[in-house]
Amino acid sequence: MIVNRVGVVGAGLMGRGVAQALAQAGIEVVLVDVATAILDEARRSIGYALKSAALFDPQLRAGHGAVLARIETTTDYGALGQVDFVIENTTEEWPVKEEVYRQLARSCRPGCILAANTSAISIARIAAATPDPSLVIGMHFMNPVPQKPVVEVIRSPATSDATAAVAQALVERLGKRAIVVGDSPGFVTNRILMLTINEAIAVVEEGVASARDLDDIFVGCFSHAMGPLATADLIGLDTILRSLNVLRESFDDPKFDARPLLRQMVESGRLGRKSGSGFFDYDIRNSGR
Amino acid sequence: MTVIERIRQYVTGSVAVPVEDDSDIFELGLVDSLFGLQLVSFVEQEFAISVDGDDLDIANFCSITALSEFVTAKRGEGK
Repeated sequence: MIVNRVGVVGAGLMGRGVAQALAQAGIEVVLVDVATAILDEARRSIGYALKSAALFDPQLRAGHGAVLARIETTTDYGALGQVDFVIENTTEEWPVKEEVYRQLARSCRPGCILAANTSAISIARIAAATPDPSLVIGMHFMNPVPQKPVVEVIRSPATSDATAAVAQALVERLGKRAIVVGDSPGFVTNRILMLTINEAIAVVEEGVASARDLDDIFVGCFSHAMGPLATADLIGLDTILRSLNVLRESFDDPKFDARPLLRQMVESGRLGRKSGSGFFDYDIRNSGR
Repeated sequence: MTVIERIRQYVTGSVAVPVEDDSDIFELGLVDSLFGLQLVSFVEQEFAISVDGDDLDIANFCSITALSEFVTAKRGEGK
């Protein structure tokens, strides 16, 4: 099956990046969200991201408008009746996702593949909420999506070989590599990363090291491109908290209990880069996202 | 604040190390891909100019000096 039109559900940070990457690969996109304001902001920020990409890609200097034109934005799930493949990027809360998949079951045509861009919720659980679990797969994209070369692809026991093959081919059309892993809460990436970030927060909370020094240790000693706390700011501290909560519930293991400092920061609106401050400060005017 | 002062403030606020006005911020690897993504929106919004077509050239954005000369020239066009 050649995928020509892809539905992208959820126009937050991840949904925008996925829509942009698809459009840049020449694929038509239907971007769906519940709020017109979010869709307008998504279109504006993708436009800026494409212009910025044009700085490094002369073909985009004249072509960024055409890429943006491949993205249709709508609040109507009915528009997903015209797509072969859906990538769902809604918030990491089960009641939200469950309702989204119920809507998708009503709106999508039979045979449409549903890919969950989740960082923590098990694919089997999502698949069980759909009419045909063999069509459900996980595609865990990293932020910023257009720049990241690898996608963690997750097969549940029910995912069919055909579904996996189409998903992998789509990832390759985006110029990325798919690494296929098994279905376990948090998969490989977040099961390990969230625990690391939570422990880094504990170290800062206890005054063992400053955020700056802690991150510099990871960069300087282990050659990581960025430390765990800058990574947390990039992902968004609200997402970190939600992911830890999902892991805590899924494994029933207190080692995933979110640190009080993380909860406090999220409650006070310090969400990382997107809010202008987290463990580090960011010039909010540079966001454009 | 003058154009170059505002640009200097923005760039130095986004990179952890001191940056000379003429340093190529991309070549030195001083900035990550996210900074690159945000630069055009910063310039358009901060200085109320539109950047498009051939102006979307890394040569116009690669240093504090280059960016300030570009912005000054663009603003001159509009007057």
